[in-house]
Amino acid sequence: MGNFIQKIFTREPSSAARAKDRLRLVLINDRTDLSAAALEALKDDLLEVLSRYIQIDPDAVQINITRDGRQQRLIADIPIAGPISRKY
Amino acid sequence: MSAKVITITSGKGGVGKTTATANIGAALASSGQRVACIDADIGLRNLDVVMGLENRIVYDLVDAVEGRCRLNQAMIKDKHIPELYLIPSAQTRDKTAVSPSDMIRLCDELKLDLDWILIDSPAGIERGFKNAIAPADQVIVITNPEISAVRDADRIIGIVEAEEKGTPRLLINRLNPEMVRQNNMLSADDVVDLLAIHLLGIVPEDKNVIISTNKGTPIALDGKSPAGQAYRNIARRIMGEEVPLMDLEKGSGIFSRLSSVFGSGE
Repeated sequence: MGNFIQKIFTREPSSAARAKDRLRLVLINDRTDLSAAALEALKDDLLEVLSRYIQIDPDAVQINITRDGRQQRLIADIPIAGPISRKY
Repeated sequence: MSAKVITITSGKGGVGKTTATANIGAALASSGQRVACIDADIGLRNLDVVMGLENRIVYDLVDAVEGRCRLNQAMIKDKHIPELYLIPSAQTRDKTAVSPSDMIRLCDELKLDLDWILIDSPAGIERGFKNAIAPADQVIVITNPEISAVRDADRIIGIVEAEEKGTPRLLINRLNPEMVRQNNMLSADDVVDLLAIHLLGIVPEDKNVIISTNKGTPIALDGKSPAGQAYRNIARRIMGEEVPLMDLEKGSGIFSRLSSVFGSGE
């Protein structure tokens, strides 16, 4: 029984859950032809362009690809910290 | 009356395309429909042995396409069910013996006297697959609840959509309800959620499939087996009936459920 209680508290994700998580990522990569590394590069480029116009806290930015049926969407949530302080 | 052409495909090999073609064909024909099953896997003929008709082959698909015989001479009559026919594949090495336009022409000629034409697609996305898809009015994608089969199914669904064949319907084969209960196999809901297409049916893992294939008798004619029941339900859905999904939990005793709750099954 002790073993059972221990199992509840330190439960690893089931193998089915792991398969589903792995497939989620693989299918997004396959469908968009975008690797995880390419997505990171895209995020960096996006931030660089945006920060020319607005002030951004890079740590607060969330850019992800989500699935909507058989469609993928690039969802970006970018809190604007303020206008770029221009020195006159 | 003009037949509908259904192509059965999967991407990955070994998930059960040929068995599904034989059994959906048998189930449709045993409810009075006129059905032809075409083996489009040139060089790797198999639908003939699964249907138990390997000793009756005289002419094959390539003979019919190349005009060495009339089309009806390449149609082998089933042993068990009237109005069920097989057009076997050829064992030639030349995989380009048949083209997509040959398949369209062949199906157009067959359509007149039939209700359904089922095409057993080869694995992969090469010429044979393109041949199988070309004449299709509808496509069924088969997968197993396994990571590699689901991934390949997703690729195939994308290709079928790009070929403007509509969104295919999904058949999940060899689902093991006990393993799903123990969270050690992707559930049908998981697979449908990932692939996001309409579920045509679930065929549970069933050792009777191997036994009936050994004998060359379709499992769909086996009244009691779960897989046979699943194939009969799938055929009814294809004919447009609303048939609820089978209860795959049925038959598992209270003890196996308890043991899975307490984790001893893991």
